[in-house]
Amino acid sequence: MDLIATHGTILMVLAIAFGAYMCWGIGANDLANAMGTSVGSGALSVKNAIIVAGIFEFTGAFLAGGNVTKTIRKGIVDPSPIAGHPEILIFGMIAAMLAAAVWLMIASRRGWPVSTTHSIVGAIVGFALVGIGVDAVKWGKIGAIAASWVLSPLIGGLFALLLMLSVRRFILNSDAPFKSARRYSPIYVFLVGFIIALVTIFKGLKHLQIDLSAGMSFLASALFGLLVAGLSWRMVRRVTLDSGADIDAEFAAVEKIFAPMMVFTACSMAFAHGSNDVANGIGPLAAVVSLVQSGGEVAQKSALPLWILLMGGAMIVIGLATFGYKVMATIGTKITELTPTRGFCAELAAATTVVLASRTGLPVSTTHILVGAVIGVGMARGVGAIDLRVVGGIVLSWIVTLPVGGVLAALFYFTLKGIFM
Amino acid sequence: MAKKPVIAALFGRSPFKALQEHMREVIVCAREVPTLFEALCAHDKDAVIAAKDRIFESENRADEVKNQLRLHLPKSLFMPIDRRDLLNVLQMQDSIADTAQDIAGLLVERDFEVPEGFQEPLLTLCRRCVDVCELALKIIEELDELLALGFRGKLVDKVEIMLDELSAVETETDDLGLELTRRLFAAEDGMKPVSVMLWYRLFEWIGDLADYAEKVGNQLRLIIAR
Repeated sequence: MDLIATHGTILMVLAIAFGAYMCWGIGANDLANAMGTSVGSGALSVKNAIIVAGIFEFTGAFLAGGNVTKTIRKGIVDPSPIAGHPEILIFGMIAAMLAAAVWLMIASRRGWPVSTTHSIVGAIVGFALVGIGVDAVKWGKIGAIAASWVLSPLIGGLFALLLMLSVRRFILNSDAPFKSARRYSPIYVFLVGFIIALVTIFKGLKHLQIDLSAGMSFLASALFGLLVAGLSWRMVRRVTLDSGADIDAEFAAVEKIFAPMMVFTACSMAFAHGSNDVANGIGPLAAVVSLVQSGGEVAQKSALPLWILLMGGAMIVIGLATFGYKVMATIGTKITELTPTRGFCAELAAATTVVLASRTGLPVSTTHILVGAVIGVGMARGVGAIDLRVVGGIVLSWIVTLPVGGVLAALFYFTLKGIFM
Repeated sequence: MAKKPVIAALFGRSPFKALQEHMREVIVCAREVPTLFEALCAHDKDAVIAAKDRIFESENRADEVKNQLRLHLPKSLFMPIDRRDLLNVLQMQDSIADTAQDIAGLLVERDFEVPEGFQEPLLTLCRRCVDVCELALKIIEELDELLALGFRGKLVDKVEIMLDELSAVETETDDLGLELTRRLFAAEDGMKPVSVMLWYRLFEWIGDLADYAEKVGNQLRLIIAR
């Protein structure tokens, strides 16, 4: 306990610095990937995308980021064998953050499609193996997380495929596509609002002392869905089409209807990203903070301090504003092919999958799920060309990231231990 | 290597855009073929050479687009249509430009005299063959929309009507070509044998413009049907 008393402050400062840095990096790179489709389809300008992302990323982190943070913080490692040595956990978590940050820096220099989530999970496991022992790793939970990494892109893809087929069937291939689009688009937007709200509200707002019953949650979500549907209806009403326009003009008008709808999916995408990815930055930080503040209580019963969630959300937004806009502009020019109808399906599918994962506390990769969703749209013959080598790169990055993150974390752990003990 | 966002890297260059770009260059070649023969009928050698130069220029540009497309079409590309079908369409489009180039080359290198009474049917044949190519271009330009619809629905009906029209005009050009050949053989006793042979070859080539355009259409039929 002496160590925490003497070095507590500096350890806190270190943890906050690394946590803030992780969040900044997530905002700078990851978030840009998530928002890129909206920018690419022309639904949002880069500037507006940043504003939307700023608001909803923060909201997502704040309202729905708790579960994943909890998993990262105490779901992976069982600290009971080191009950008498809380400093091990402190060093470990700081080492894990440092390892993930370093690995992400190397990987993004090389252009490898690695995931922040995978890096941090790999790093925490790596530290736990060398710092505590093989039994300290909750392998069951790790198995579930690893399975979710494979499953979540598949689910996102399947969902995107189904959405794309439904948009085709009910709108594009109907007798009067423009009319159908006007009629059905609020329903799709309702779906966006309802699902995201339901997943978030349903027993998900406990940390804000809001605990609604199941019925109330449904009602509130439906109301929220209706609200956004009404909003979209107002936006869509402005799009008009001269009667007697030919079929090409009609399809162009359908895309114009879907463009404002992509603003809603962009919001939900940012929300989803915030709900899942903020944990990567603040999960380990929260663990360190609670240990230091409780004077070394390993049991970790304390709740997640709100200021950490706030800081995480804020740092992500800062990352986006300082660096992410460049990445977003690059992506925007690259994904011109994803027209609003297709982009809408991909984003809605991805956002829903991510929020669902967040709700169950599974740390997944937003980017990889979005890749899965885009491929789903492609399966519906919706995208001109998808480079499957990227998928190969992603699979490879799964295999590489875990051991590398682990080894780096072990290395930093021993270094920190050497410095402070 | 600079960081390339995963999502951006996921998207290959659209092969459809390149296919359209290629066809737009090809049509420029085809359109010059009637100009070539008009100039020949008017005994304007300079105009023939000028038209030939324009054909060669566009053919070069088309080749560039073609090579770029082939370079950027790795097997790992996941596309809504079969890779081989796509390459076949490209090949057929390319043949149109090549044929126009062959015609232009021959007309410049050898001095042709348009036989008596051939002018009008010859120019009609040329123009109708170009019409078939124009129809093929129009269909190719619809590819984007077809893709957006997953090659189903109302637009497919529209494209199928266009395809039927293309076939009909192509059949017409066959008849026009046959009629010209018949005339040629009727007049062959009064012509140099080599001239007869070369004119026969030229009629064939002009008809090929329409044939290849129809093959583009047929390949698209396959793509839609799948």
